[in-house]
Amino acid sequence: MTTLLTHVELVDETLTRLSTEALTLARGLAASHGAELHAAVVGHPNDACVERLGALGVTTLHIATGPSFDAYAPVAWARFLTGVIDDVGAIAGVGPGSDRGAEVMAHVAAALDLPLAANCVAVEPVDGGWSLTRLRWGGVLLEDAVLEADRALLTVAAHQLTTSDADVPAVVEVRPIEVAVDDDALVTRVLDTTARSAGMSLATAPVVVSGGRGVGSAEAFAVLEELAELVGGAVGCSRVATNNGWRSHSDQVGQTGTRVAPDLYIACGISGATQHWVGCMASKRILAINTDVEAPMVTRADHAVIGDLHEILPAVVAEIRARRGA
Amino acid sequence: MNVLVCVRRVPSPGARIALTDDGQAVDTRHLGFTISPHEECAVEEAVQIVERHGGASTVLALGPVEAQDQLRTAISMGIDHGVLLPTDTTDVDPRATAHAIADAIRTLESEGAAFDLVLFGNESADAGNHQVGIRVAHALGRPVVSGIKQIDLDAGVATMHRSVADGLEVCELPLPAVAAVREGLNLPRYPAMRGRLLAKKAEIRHLTPTLQPGGLRTVRLRHPAQQVTETVVLGHGREAAAAVVDLLEEVGAL
Ligand SMILES: Cc1cc2nc3c(=O)[nH]c(=O)nc-3n(C[C@H](O)[C@H](O)[C@H](O)COP(=O)(O)OP(=O)(O)OC[C@H]3O[C@@H](n4cnc5c(N)ncnc54)[C@H](O)[C@@H]3O)c2cc1C
Ligand SMILES: Nc1ncnc2c1ncn2[C@@H]1O[C@H](COP(=O)(O)O)[C@@H](O)[C@H]1O
Repeated sequence: MTTLLTHVELVDETLTRLSTEALTLARGLAASHGAELHAAVVGHPNDACVERLGALGVTTLHIATGPSFDAYAPVAWARFLTGVIDDVGAIAGVGPGSDRGAEVMAHVAAALDLPLAANCVAVEPVDGGWSLTRLRWGGVLLEDAVLEADRALLTVAAHQLTTSDADVPAVVEVRPIEVAVDDDALVTRVLDTTARSAGMSLATAPVVVSGGRGVGSAEAFAVLEELAELVGGAVGCSRVATNNGWRSHSDQVGQTGTRVAPDLYIACGISGATQHWVGCMASKRILAINTDVEAPMVTRADHAVIGDLHEILPAVVAEIRARRGA
Repeated sequence: MNVLVCVRRVPSPGARIALTDDGQAVDTRHLGFTISPHEECAVEEAVQIVERHGGASTVLALGPVEAQDQLRTAISMGIDHGVLLPTDTTDVDPRATAHAIADAIRTLESEGAAFDLVLFGNESADAGNHQVGIRVAHALGRPVVSGIKQIDLDAGVATMHRSVADGLEVCELPLPAVAAVREGLNLPRYPAMRGRLLAKKAEIRHLTPTLQPGGLRTVRLRHPAQQVTETVVLGHGREAAAAVVDLLEEVGAL
């Protein structure tokens, strides 16, 4: 029986959401090929996680063990995956749309010298290869492409697919593998992790108050800070704000910044360039505050207030305080 | 320190990306061109490394002859040399791109000093293949890390910091090494007038690449199904404050 291998990741012994997305796409691909769905993981999946993998259709789970796998080491992880791909003769290797997923699959592709399609949203076998659709420009464009290879290597775009379980759950055969890798595979392993200072994280804040060129200066962000504080949210910004040194890059929302999906995104003095839009388009609702009725951010937002943000934001803060005082 | 930076010429679209009628490419008739912010930071880092440690920096692009504009921008920021691998096609597959860049690096190194550090963007702005840097590193047999937000160099070792959700991961790579970097690594400078004048006259070296088929072939580009949103205007100016606070209450923010 042919097999298809998916690289999955764990956080605290449980499967990540992006791994579930990768498995959803991989299961469809395996079915269209009559292949068995295998998964490969580094770490210690707990029993519930193994059961979850079965529900997603995984029949065999390969687990890397050994001292080389205590810390993240992209080359060692890739050696493990290429080893399994070769052993089981997998017709395809699929990775999740995470930073590590992208990095490890690129190492796999480089080691095997095979083509790799990153950020796929659909894949099917065709004569001479694989027909696929992938994201471009951070997600505002789609590319239909052909991967010309017997063995497909791909990563699945993050947050694009609706995840689903298999019609019939599988019983997972667990295969721990003691993987010995040479020292050269450990040269780039992670030696240490420094924790970020705690505080409201931009990526997970329920409300993001974001400012762009219209804010005008670093000092003028004070009222955005005040509003964010009052609503239990975080401050975000556009690249113009970062480039001008008004905010640190860790606040930047967009293609080369952070992607956010809050309940409410408040875009103050931000025009809505595609590279900013891809970072906030997953928000449940968007409120644009802008002097220009025609600004793309305004025409794409759910709600808009037209006018000068320097007048509007202080009035909003005063209104919140007034209602709280009442 | 000899540092090489690889950059890719891409169109710089505004609020909507227009496509050519045949869907083969982005319609660039009304667009300017640029490089990814990740690559801009790679350029700035190379300039700073040479300012601090001495040596020379080189910028390289594979692409149409117009990509010389992007090389010149990098030179205006302080890069010493520019190298173009000219192609007729604008969009070369990432595997073919990596093979061609690795070949060019071998050629350049056979003539002069080796590159202690080769810098890439974490992903290209348009294609986002997440792989060219890693493939080049494999071809050259050098260590590589992605997602890098800080580089410290000391006595033949590069300490690289990768940003992750809950902090920074630290790796130590012996030189020569390769890194794929992210915006936020530094704050790129605006080129000074002197730099721009120098860049205009700078000689760009051309090295004809051998392009093999890479195996990832574009069929066409298209827009995803558009969600049309009816924008509700809550009001104008400070009079809208009450409506905004109502909205904040509605989403449970207060
Ligand atoms: C490859 C690439 C990647 C990029 N990545 C990112 C990214 O990650 N994030 C990002 O943000 N950008 C990114 N950019 C840059 C992006 O293209 C835009 O240049 C940027 O988003 C524009 O920022 P802005 O909206 O603040 O400024 P502008 O486009 O100048 O818009 C300012 C807006 O403020 C409004 N305004 C002005 N004054 C006021 C006022 N007093 N009150 C209310 N409104 C006012 C104006 O009407 C206008 O709509 C990227 C670009 C490229 C090429
Ligand atoms: N045509 C090119 N010329 C020079 N460098 C490139 C080219 N394409 C990609 N790169 C480099 O490789 C990085 C990753 O690209 P990609 O694998 O396409 O996401 C980019 O940020 C550039 O630094």
